[in-house]
Amino acid sequence: MKTRTFLTLAIAAIVLAAISWWIGQMSYSWMPPEASIEAKLVDDLFSLLVAVASFIFLGVTGTLLYSAVFSRAAKYDTSDGPPIEGNVAVEVVWTVIPFVIVMGIAFYSYQIYDQMDVHGPMEHRHAAVPTDAAAPQVPTERPAEVEEIEVLAWQWAWEFRYPNANVSSTELHVPSDRRIRLALKADSVIHGFYVPAFRLKQDIIPRTDAQLEFTPILEGTYRLRDSQYSGTYFAAMQADVVVQSPEDYDQWLTLAASQPPATAYNQAVYEYERAAKKPISAGWKSVPPAPAPMVNYAADPQPVSPQAAIPTPEDKQS
Amino acid sequence: MTTNAPTGAIAPNVEQPAPGAPNNWRRFFSFSTDHKVIGIQYIVTAFLFFLIGGLFAMIMRGELITPDADLVDRTVYNALFTMHGTVMLFMWTFPVLNGLANYLVPLMIGARDMAFPRLNAIAFWMVPVFGIILMSSFLVPGGPAQAGWWSYPPVSLQNPGGNLVNGQFLWLVAVALSGVSSIMGAVNIVTTIIKMRAPGMGFFRMPAFVWTVLSAQMIQLFGLPALTAGAVMLLFDLTTGTSFFDPIKGGSPVLYQHFFWFYSHPAVYVIILPVFGIFSEVFPVYARKPLFGYKVVAVSSLIITGLSAIVWVHHMFASGTPGWMRMLFMFSTMLISVPTGIKVFAWVATVWGGKLRLTTPMLFALGGLVMFVFSGITGIMLAAVPFDIHVNNTYFVVGHFHYVIYGATVMGVYAAIYHWFPKMTGRMYYEGLGKLHFALTFIGANLNFFPMHPLGLQGMPRRVASYDPEFAFWNVIASLGGFLLGMSTLPFILNMVSSWVQGKPAPDNPWRAIGLEWLVSSPPPTENFEELPNVIAEPYGYGKDEPLVSNASAMIGTELAPTPSP
Repeated sequence: MKTRTFLTLAIAAIVLAAISWWIGQMSYSWMPPEASIEAKLVDDLFSLLVAVASFIFLGVTGTLLYSAVFSRAAKYDTSDGPPIEGNVAVEVVWTVIPFVIVMGIAFYSYQIYDQMDVHGPMEHRHAAVPTDAAAPQVPTERPAEVEEIEVLAWQWAWEFRYPNANVSSTELHVPSDRRIRLALKADSVIHGFYVPAFRLKQDIIPRTDAQLEFTPILEGTYRLRDSQYSGTYFAAMQADVVVQSPEDYDQWLTLAASQPPATAYNQAVYEYERAAKKPISAGWKSVPPAPAPMVNYAADPQPVSPQAAIPTPEDKQS
Repeated sequence: MTTNAPTGAIAPNVEQPAPGAPNNWRRFFSFSTDHKVIGIQYIVTAFLFFLIGGLFAMIMRGELITPDADLVDRTVYNALFTMHGTVMLFMWTFPVLNGLANYLVPLMIGARDMAFPRLNAIAFWMVPVFGIILMSSFLVPGGPAQAGWWSYPPVSLQNPGGNLVNGQFLWLVAVALSGVSSIMGAVNIVTTIIKMRAPGMGFFRMPAFVWTVLSAQMIQLFGLPALTAGAVMLLFDLTTGTSFFDPIKGGSPVLYQHFFWFYSHPAVYVIILPVFGIFSEVFPVYARKPLFGYKVVAVSSLIITGLSAIVWVHHMFASGTPGWMRMLFMFSTMLISVPTGIKVFAWVATVWGGKLRLTTPMLFALGGLVMFVFSGITGIMLAAVPFDIHVNNTYFVVGHFHYVIYGATVMGVYAAIYHWFPKMTGRMYYEGLGKLHFALTFIGANLNFFPMHPLGLQGMPRRVASYDPEFAFWNVIASLGGFLLGMSTLPFILNMVSSWVQGKPAPDNPWRAIGLEWLVSSPPPTENFEELPNVIAEPYGYGKDEPLVSNASAMIGTELAPTPSP
């Protein structure tokens, strides 16, 4: 009897583990494209998390479902079940194993975080300890050359500045296979720099500069979204991120530098002015948006709402 | 079964009101000091706000059924999600759980009332007061607060209307008052549990629900002062020009985030711990087995209380949080899943091999447990910093905590209301309507909240009034689930109202449950116990056939004791 119980449990666990591993492999397809080295690292972690989670969830719900189906009391059966009050061995097992699992996940996450080496906020403040010198485990594929770009978060507009090329833009262009270092600045309220395809996010707090480092690897156009609620037009505060080959990127910089700065289209400004023209307000008073940024390169306007008509062509500067 | 009072006392018990107190429905509208009246006052008031908060959510889901911001103005949407979160937490979950604790704790530990009955009544009557303050912000110029229920500065300090009394101002006043009310309630409940237990009711003879309430209310005592202080400081920044949190004037918005989450993360445990207690009460009754590992389950609540105080920064992983702090709080957050896991496994072991009866409370408890396990595994994912950085402030987090707050908490509260409804009202509810309610709730909640996970993984931020068309598919499903969830309250209301008015009279112990509250009449007399019970056994003696108290008949009073049939 005891051997049979053990065998049944072992087979159930093996089947469950196989299914969980399969779900873990599926999990890669639930994510946006892997457009950076960091994205690959995060997705590996996520796959592990999903596999472990599936095992636990299926195990618990499977057991409950089995009980609900096969352990029902008969209609007139008023007797009680066996008065089992506990089992020390079992309780120790289900304390120790989860402890080991979550600590394992934590250490693995620590390693992943270390490899991402995103240089988040305030890292420079804590730089008294020479952490960088003591950390030679930089991934080999990481390029040595670093591209520095400034990100300015207005309420509600993204502006990107390329100090070395004297270019400003409302579209973030980055070269692929090069380390990018962003200097993040916010004007009046907190914003969040978030590019799902890079799996990167960093709040930008006014008067507290933050940094973010990453390496884009997949050419294409992705979305940058404000991830920290920033007031009325928060949802409209988006921009495109274009990952280009280094040659295309240099070409783009040269082209943009030759353009005279002009006012870019800005969804928040557009909607705010449109609302001001309406005789009756459908909402409450909003903080006025910051003026639309003056940039060399303005992205094509993409109205977030179809009610927003395409603005006049002089707003286009591409 | 000598433990349980005979089920002979069928007729609803004649009330014995305190001198001068009304003894009919009017007592629910009076300044009653009876913990049972206050408990029901809390539950009903909270449920009304639950409906209001749900209405806000349904308008939001109406907005989100299409990608564009086309149903309501963006400012209106922002006000709605702010008020939805605020109402659901401060006006629904806290009060309804306080109501259950108020009603059940004195009965479960064998006390005649709470330690401070008048303080209890004051704490309750503050709820409608700050509820009205909060709702009145819809009428002031500029509308309600629009900074989210976190009220992060600087957005919360912007005050575009320029009025002194604006939505944010009223919001802060209401939250500060709510904090005071909750602290008063916590002092009362903790004192009651520590000082007012009946003879023989040692700590390890208290039902697990009492343990969880004790653990939860201790969090209120250490955590709420931080939030209330933060709210008052923010109020000063907003009205008198101080600059605690305004970065432009040299303040620190991150400091506010610490104040806020130092309470508001533990607050999640204030909410979920009593629900754990409900699970621990409901599973043994309907599985006819003792709670597996009762002592460990009881103590794990206190461990959760301790750990809950050192995990708050996981809400700020993407904020201005240095790397070392991210790592530190990742480890502490991972740890808290261990005592929580112990409870889950204990419930599964309690159910395993039992004699299950799938009544409405049991269905809600089982459904709530499954949804809690789902929220638990996504919680562990969120603790892992690299993954959290991707999904932080996205719909993944919204999905996660709605599985906690709706899936586990609301379902657990429903389980409790059905389970103790006969005790509270002296009437039986309609089982068929209850099961319909469960089916609609379980399907609606999963339809509503599961789609939020893929949306978050794909990168849809929370709190958006509009979104890119790629997110439309899952949002439509979520909206349909949201509307279904709104409808699911109708059979519940119908059931509760009609059962209370004309349901079948309930016996003292319709579920053959073990516990002091089931030994007294339904509803219990005003003073609960004629003679204080003398407890001689641990709780959950299912299958053991041992008496719980030594003075069962003296406890319920000789004149109330049913005469054994000849």
